Amino acid sequence: MSDKISTTPEAELARNICASFGNKASELLEILHELQHRHGFVPEAAIPAIAKAVNLSRAEVHGVVTFYHDYRREKPGRHIVKICRAEACQSMAAEETCSHAERKLKVKLGGTTSDGSVTLEGVFCLGNCALSPAVMIDDKLHGRVTPQRMDELLGGLARKAAE
Amino acid sequence: MITIYVPKDSAAVSVGADSVASAIAAEAVKRGQSVNIIRNGSRGMFFMEPLVEVATDKGRMAFGSVTASDVPSLFDAKFGAHSKALGLTEEIPYLKNQERLIFARAGLNDPVAVEAYQASGGYKGLAKALGMTGAAIAAEVTESGLRGRGGAGFPTGIKWKTVHDAVAEQKYICCNADEGDSGTFADRLIMESDPLTLIEGMTIAAICVGATEGYVYIRSEYPDAISIMKQAIANAEAAGFLGGNICGSGKAFSLKVRVGAGAYICGEETAMLESIEGKRGMVRPKPPIPALEGLFGMPTVINNVLSLASVPAILAEGAAFYKNYGMGRSRGTQAFQLAGNIKQGGLVEKAFGITLRQLIEDFGGGTFTGKPLRAVQVGGPLGSYLPASKLDLPMDYETFAANAAMVGHGGIVVFDTSVDMAKQARFAMEFCAAESCGKCTPCRIGSTRGVEVIDKIIAGEAREQNLVLLEDLCQTMTDGSLCAMGGLTPMPVLSAVRDFPEDFDRPARAQAAE
Ligand SMILES: Cc1cc2nc3c(=O)[nH]c(=O)nc-3n(C[C@H](O)[C@H](O)[C@H](O)COP(=O)(O)O)c2cc1C
Ligand code: SF4
Ligand code: FES
Repeated sequence: MSDKISTTPEAELARNICASFGNKASELLEILHELQHRHGFVPEAAIPAIAKAVNLSRAEVHGVVTFYHDYRREKPGRHIVKICRAEACQSMAAEETCSHAERKLKVKLGGTTSDGSVTLEGVFCLGNCALSPAVMIDDKLHGRVTPQRMDELLGGLARKAAE
Repeated sequence: MITIYVPKDSAAVSVGADSVASAIAAEAVKRGQSVNIIRNGSRGMFFMEPLVEVATDKGRMAFGSVTASDVPSLFDAKFGAHSKALGLTEEIPYLKNQERLIFARAGLNDPVAVEAYQASGGYKGLAKALGMTGAAIAAEVTESGLRGRGGAGFPTGIKWKTVHDAVAEQKYICCNADEGDSGTFADRLIMESDPLTLIEGMTIAAICVGATEGYVYIRSEYPDAISIMKQAIANAEAAGFLGGNICGSGKAFSLKVRVGAGAYICGEETAMLESIEGKRGMVRPKPPIPALEGLFGMPTVINNVLSLASVPAILAEGAAFYKNYGMGRSRGTQAFQLAGNIKQGGLVEKAFGITLRQLIEDFGGGTFTGKPLRAVQVGGPLGSYLPASKLDLPMDYETFAANAAMVGHGGIVVFDTSVDMAKQARFAMEFCAAESCGKCTPCRIGSTRGVEVIDKIIAGEAREQNLVLLEDLCQTMTDGSLCAMGGLTPMPVLSAVRDFPEDFDRPARAQAAE
């Protein structure tokens, strides 16, 4: 099993990315970031391919993938909405923004809407603590996100999808 | 042609700076007027963002909290008298009353423009350093009194000297830009608004200790800081300030950005090293200290962004100049970050010794909601909660330590009377459980037990016994944890119990009222 070369597209992509980072084990985080950037998540089939390419055990690669909160094991929604749940945002009622978004999207933190449009995540601090509550949508930061502002932002995503 | 500055800092953009910039561009086209829009960094007065500035012969005039709909009227007013006008930027009291050494250039220019950086005093420190021996640079930094701004407050010059004195084929400079503490954004601000200051500081460190390679470890939550740092590094290299022959000195230093992956513990220096090496962020036992056996086993300087960004001014102006600021053993300036429930949140760089009250009331303008202030968490998620009665404490490492608190990375998070301190204590344990690297039991298991015990206290279950149990648990975590994650989590928890006991007595009070 272990020396058979996997031919799934995921494994192929993982191998190419490893090669672009010189197949170096020290580049593992960068490799995983790039894979997630291109594929949306880190698929199971990529793990043995990466392990082989950078000369680590599968368990080691698996250990890294599971240690870090960033790496996803499943396909996320088309948009990723991250709500800050840390202290500065707590002091500005981020919890209300959070439960409002959960109700509106009908998902819990960590979940993806049934139509696959949005994944809702909780994070600890986005560095926008002077303009709390903070939210990040697909790498774009938003400040002073009250429940009303959350509605506008989610409405914007829905409009984008309709276009 | 008029020159208009609109910040591209992510906090400014988070409240609409991009749409203001495009509205200005569109309006100019519509009116057939030519404008030069410069996307500068932020001045750090986040409560006024988007802060638009216009260059005039008197200086830069500011307009605060500008929205896209303000733009036509700004043009009508020829960027003069307007309801959003704040006068000269430099005269705004929030900025004028600061002592900016690290952030002197933040928001002045296009952050990645090397020429503009030099024109505003940049690279003077490096020029000095290139004419000094490594030992003399380390001595200058030691003499300045600079202590690490990442939290622990270790003297930076002494760390550099250790690495300088170590004999090895390869040495590294690692900048800790993981900035995971809630309530902090100063590292992000310098990286987005004046990244070349950090690059200059790292280059001076490299020349001092004889390192030829460096890493900036930036958390993944900061995508804009990552791309701006990368661009600034490329520009510095193209201008000969990084690379194989720095300013023709024959000395080499190259710099790479490494991106974290969402793990608070990777801010702990040895976990960060593991992460840069591509591994799980597990804390390493010390000794060996990273200064002797750090990245890939080699002598390594690890410093916070602000420690490194303080160095150019120290070299340029001299240790005596820097040391003149501050109080006691806390020398120089600290980047205080006003966050949370505060009217005027932003960055305030001041000499140590300023009180919390001056920061929160004079600069911050009190709470955002207008309700009374009840608690302040200083120094991030591992820092104590201070009650309103302690606002007159001066910001100084030793004073805070004597009051069972810490200055840490300078984050100040304000809470009004709506805060429930039992919930905050519970969160501190929950955060530790979520972010523990898992290496030691008191931290990994203790934090989960802590959440359970606090839940019982909140529910009013055997309250007295559970409070004793919580104290014991905190003692075990303090004594038995390998690093400050488990070791300091008891700080916010115990400070909440000590100074806000009424919040741990809620159901009893509710019952008594029945
Ligand atoms: C759990 C934990 C998280 C930390 N996070 C950071 C961080 O985000 N940034 C930082 O500079 N230091 C952080 N530190 C402190 C570092 O371990 C280290 O002391 C610091 O980077 C040294 O640089 P300095 O001397 O310039 O402060 C953290 C420490 C612990 C225990
Ligand atoms: S105290 Fe916690 S985070 Fe620190 S080494 Fe131990 S388990 Fe890891
Ligand atoms: S605590 Fe929410 S952005 Fe920092």
